[in-house]
Amino acid sequence: MAAPLSIQLEFGGGAELLFDGIRKHQVTLPSQPEPWDIRSLLAWIKENLLKERPELFVQGDTVRPGILVLINEADWELMGELDYQLQDQDNVVFISTLHGG
Amino acid sequence: MPAPVLCQSCGAGRAALRRPKTGQALCRECFVAAFEAEVHGTIVAARLFQPGETVAVGASGGKDSTVLAHLLRLLNQRHGYGLRLLLLSVDEGIAGYRDDSLDAVRRNRGRLGLPLHVVSYRELYGWSMDRIARHVGPKNNCTFCGVFRRQALDRGAALLGADKIATGHNADDVAETVLMNFLRGDVGRLRRCAGILTGSEGALPRCKPLKHAYEKEIVLYAYFQGLDYFSTECVYAPNAYRGHARTLLKDLEAIRPSAVADLVHSGERLAVREDVRMPTQGTCQRCGYLSSQPLCKACVLLEGLNRGLPRLGIGKPSRMQKVLTDAEKPEVGFREDSQQASRAIRTVDF
Repeated sequence: MAAPLSIQLEFGGGAELLFDGIRKHQVTLPSQPEPWDIRSLLAWIKENLLKERPELFVQGDTVRPGILVLINEADWELMGELDYQLQDQDNVVFISTLHGG
Repeated sequence: MPAPVLCQSCGAGRAALRRPKTGQALCRECFVAAFEAEVHGTIVAARLFQPGETVAVGASGGKDSTVLAHLLRLLNQRHGYGLRLLLLSVDEGIAGYRDDSLDAVRRNRGRLGLPLHVVSYRELYGWSMDRIARHVGPKNNCTFCGVFRRQALDRGAALLGADKIATGHNADDVAETVLMNFLRGDVGRLRRCAGILTGSEGALPRCKPLKHAYEKEIVLYAYFQGLDYFSTECVYAPNAYRGHARTLLKDLEAIRPSAVADLVHSGERLAVREDVRMPTQGTCQRCGYLSSQPLCKACVLLEGLNRGLPRLGIGKPSRMQKVLTDAEKPEVGFREDSQQASRAIRTVDF
């Protein structure tokens, strides 16, 4: 059983518009049988935080192509992407590259 | 928890990103240094600027132009390009979008210490984009806006005495445009859209110093450097064809990150068969702007708006050119033609 996790989520580059314009969210993920990873975090965000047009944020079980993910200030591509196991006090940033130039 | 990946350049720092073009993992400092050096390399290799030139940087307040203005100012100082840099913004008149993004440009002007000039559609054409959209309906807004913006930038830059315009188009933008022109069979544009420096004959030359920079890297560079940019999608953009090309490109990039650079390369290397007739560049009979037709696209679109036939400039150029150049003839012919045109327009709509 994984203990509850307290993590910070940040949305930027236009992604915050799908979350009522709020950039920083301090959230507590409840305890669950499996460890929390980015895959289950995305499902949780979709269920609990996302306010509108979910298709602009998630696609299948991952983020929509064009949204960058940083885990503790590092590109998630270096951290195992969806399989990264979240730790208490982690910081996850989602930046959309899909808006304007 | 996986061990942190180390930077493949300095071997000491914790890697902050994987570069899409090369797959290389770099720390924040090495990435920033490499990114700046590469843009400098692009500028030098393509001889984009000459000492003493005045360069108008097209500034929308968005990520690309914000990074471009920051980089040009930095590289101009670091490498002694000898350029006089100006920020040039176009106010299309889109409430809730451009007014907010111009605020971002104004904040950056302070930070960069560069002069800013704003030209507006209302002032240049007598029509704001919001008013155009109310007339035209939900489709084709980006056609009007794109044509008018291109000319507005030229006119603004000429007004400021600039020698050249620099725009923030990145590798993803160029790849999208290659794809779009290919899908539309627009051979004339396909041949020139991947060029890094264009329009040196007659019009003000334009260049794209970020042409080889991936969107991902531009966004991360802005993030790591704490640059302030505006990122709301334009209210009219969701209906544009470009959006579909963009989605396709992003899906391809997720499978194979080099797809973006490869498409840019394809656009550069593509050769058009000798027997393909290319449009010949002339000047617009009405305003004198560069045009391959008797009237330039902006004049045709504007004429359509002013006559209450907003769809006049949409679609086949031959038809609208005929309607308009006939209109320069006596009144009777003009009335017949415009009636024909409005009938034709209705049939397109339904």
